[in-house]
Amino acid sequence: MAEPVLSIRDLSVEIPTRHGIVKPVDGVSYDIRAGEILGVVGESGAGKSMAGNAVIGLLSPPAHIASGEIWLNGKRIDQLRGEAMRRLRGKEIGMVFQDPLTSLNPLLRIGDQLVETMRTHLKISEKEAEKRAVAALEEVGIPGAASRVNSYPHEFSGGMRQRVVIALALCAEPSLVIADEPTTALDVSVQAQIIALLKRLCRERGTAVMLITHDMGVIAEATDRVAVMYAGRLAELGAVEQVLTRPQHPYTHGLMASTPLASEGKARLHQIPGAMPRLDAVPDGCAFNPRCPRATEVCRTPPPPRVKDGMAACWHPLVEDVEEKVS
Amino acid sequence: MLAFIIRRVGQSLLVLLIVGLVAFSMFNFVGDPIDNMLGQERTAEDIARLREQLGLDRSFFVQYFRFLQEALQGNFGVSYRQGRPVTDILLERAPATLELAAVSGVLAILFGIALGVFTAIRRDGIWAHAIMSASLIGVSLPTFLIGILLIYVFSVELGWLPSFGRGDVVTVGGWKTGFLTESGLKALILPSITLGLYQMTLIMRLVRSEMLEVLRQDYIRFARARGLRDRAVNFRHALKNTMVPVITVIGLQLGAIIAFAIITETVFQWPGVGLLFINAIQFVDIPVMAAYLMLISVMFVGINLAVDILYFFIDPRLRADRTGGH
Ligand SMILES: Nc1ncnc2c1ncn2[C@@H]1O[C@H](COP(=O)(O)OP(=O)(O)OP(=O)(O)O)[C@@H](O)[C@H]1O
Ligand SMILES: [Mg+2]
Repeated sequence: MAEPVLSIRDLSVEIPTRHGIVKPVDGVSYDIRAGEILGVVGESGAGKSMAGNAVIGLLSPPAHIASGEIWLNGKRIDQLRGEAMRRLRGKEIGMVFQDPLTSLNPLLRIGDQLVETMRTHLKISEKEAEKRAVAALEEVGIPGAASRVNSYPHEFSGGMRQRVVIALALCAEPSLVIADEPTTALDVSVQAQIIALLKRLCRERGTAVMLITHDMGVIAEATDRVAVMYAGRLAELGAVEQVLTRPQHPYTHGLMASTPLASEGKARLHQIPGAMPRLDAVPDGCAFNPRCPRATEVCRTPPPPRVKDGMAACWHPLVEDVEEKVS
Repeated sequence: MLAFIIRRVGQSLLVLLIVGLVAFSMFNFVGDPIDNMLGQERTAEDIARLREQLGLDRSFFVQYFRFLQEALQGNFGVSYRQGRPVTDILLERAPATLELAAVSGVLAILFGIALGVFTAIRRDGIWAHAIMSASLIGVSLPTFLIGILLIYVFSVELGWLPSFGRGDVVTVGGWKTGFLTESGLKALILPSITLGLYQMTLIMRLVRSEMLEVLRQDYIRFARARGLRDRAVNFRHALKNTMVPVITVIGLQLGAIIAFAIITETVFQWPGVGLLFINAIQFVDIPVMAAYLMLISVMFVGINLAVDILYFFIDPRLRADRTGGH
């Protein structure tokens, strides 16, 4: 099989605080292949954005990569600094943020923002860049692109602005796109369109996508594989059908049961009791053990379980139900 | 856009009318001009004649209207003290003040913005901390003290620069300029630093805090995420957005520089309109005071108008909001 576009190995991000070091990302590993969309889910504060920011080199200090490796197209990038990392951003890794209303510079025409981005990374003339800017807007479905390049961001609706943001993220043809909740701030009516657009463009170009979201509907609709994060760790990683329909980790199971999609028809949504631990108070062993109905002594003793060979990070995964009951 | 400008010009005129009323009222409520103009040896006849000549026997509004009419033609009457038309005196003095204010303003804006940007971009650097601490002195020391300190160091102790006056001036087309002689330029240094320092620190601190705020915005993160060079992120994206709120303040500060010139001109015996005004107060020379008041307010209003119009060119959102709806 072809080498993955992105390969994260045992990645940890640390933040020194007054109460000691916290790890918003703790030993996370996953790959994303060309043309593949990996969904990243988990509760608020699980470390999804931190992991994405670590990959694109935009962790805001004092947060930093403490250990692990990040490989992009066979090159190790976690140790790149300053200028070397800047050249990758936009060119090799594109990023789409959550809120299109605030992602675009209000004082610059969108055409200028596109031209500027392309000319930073590609050796092309101003003329050529202007032509490509129009084409880029057409590609993301902006009607009247030829005249709209001269518009300012405030002249677009939220959904249209997110299309512009996507055009900007993709205009230098990166091989990886990190989309951090790209539809959360949008009207429900345009969410599906934006996801469909992202999916189409990345499939066409063979771009690898890290799609961070809370929305299980988006996961089911767009992704190929899913990574479930809990308290900075990977709880489960697998093909989308498997994670959605046959989750192994009790946390994933609870997460699915608590979303409207999976529990259609049921009168009330299932709630996982308790809350995700704060990062300065992660329990010993499995971080989920205080909330887990299946927890035993081994779950409360370090080291915590890790995702391995297609199995969830759990000592008592749900697939083993039958055997577990026998023993 | 035109409608907006017309509206703002209308507002400006209203402000000037009110200031004009205040200036005019001084004639009636501060001292008696007749007393001031005629010496001890006066007859009742003299008084009556002068009263009529000056129109002081008419009603308040008629007088106010006359005052405005005259003012529009650039006629503010005759100085009580010098017995010459106020307009002539002001025009003679204006170049000194305008040159001083221009140099101070340019210094304040250039250094204010440059240092503000520097301290924002390098906010954890040792130099940024040093500049920020030094700037506290700039905002807390009163202007006259800075002037006196500068005179003490550079004129008295080092003897490098003159402590008073404009130096030699050259008249170019009726404008007396100090820019063309060495002594004139030397004489400008200390007063313009004194006058501009406060404004510079103010602009610098404002630019710094606005820029730090802008640097936190999503569109800056997104610009970084697109791999734009630091120079483009800092200057093309961040600085431009920083300037939107800063421009208003800069406009007001330019007005303030002209107004504050009074103190600097007094410290350095700078022969401008500020010094003229101080002397006029001592002699209750109402026409000069009134004309000075009008002049300063015309400048304030003019600068504000220019700032508002400048906004249009910087911020596309304003253009849309104000013209779109008609
Ligand atoms: N400066 C900091 N000091 C301490 N903890 C921090 C700091 N910055 C972020 N964190 C913690 O890092 C964790 C990871 O945050 P992250 O933004 O990655 O979460 P997320 O999964 O993206 O959540 P959301 O769904 O809300 O976007 C959070 O629990 C947050 O509290
Ligand atoms: Mg997030």
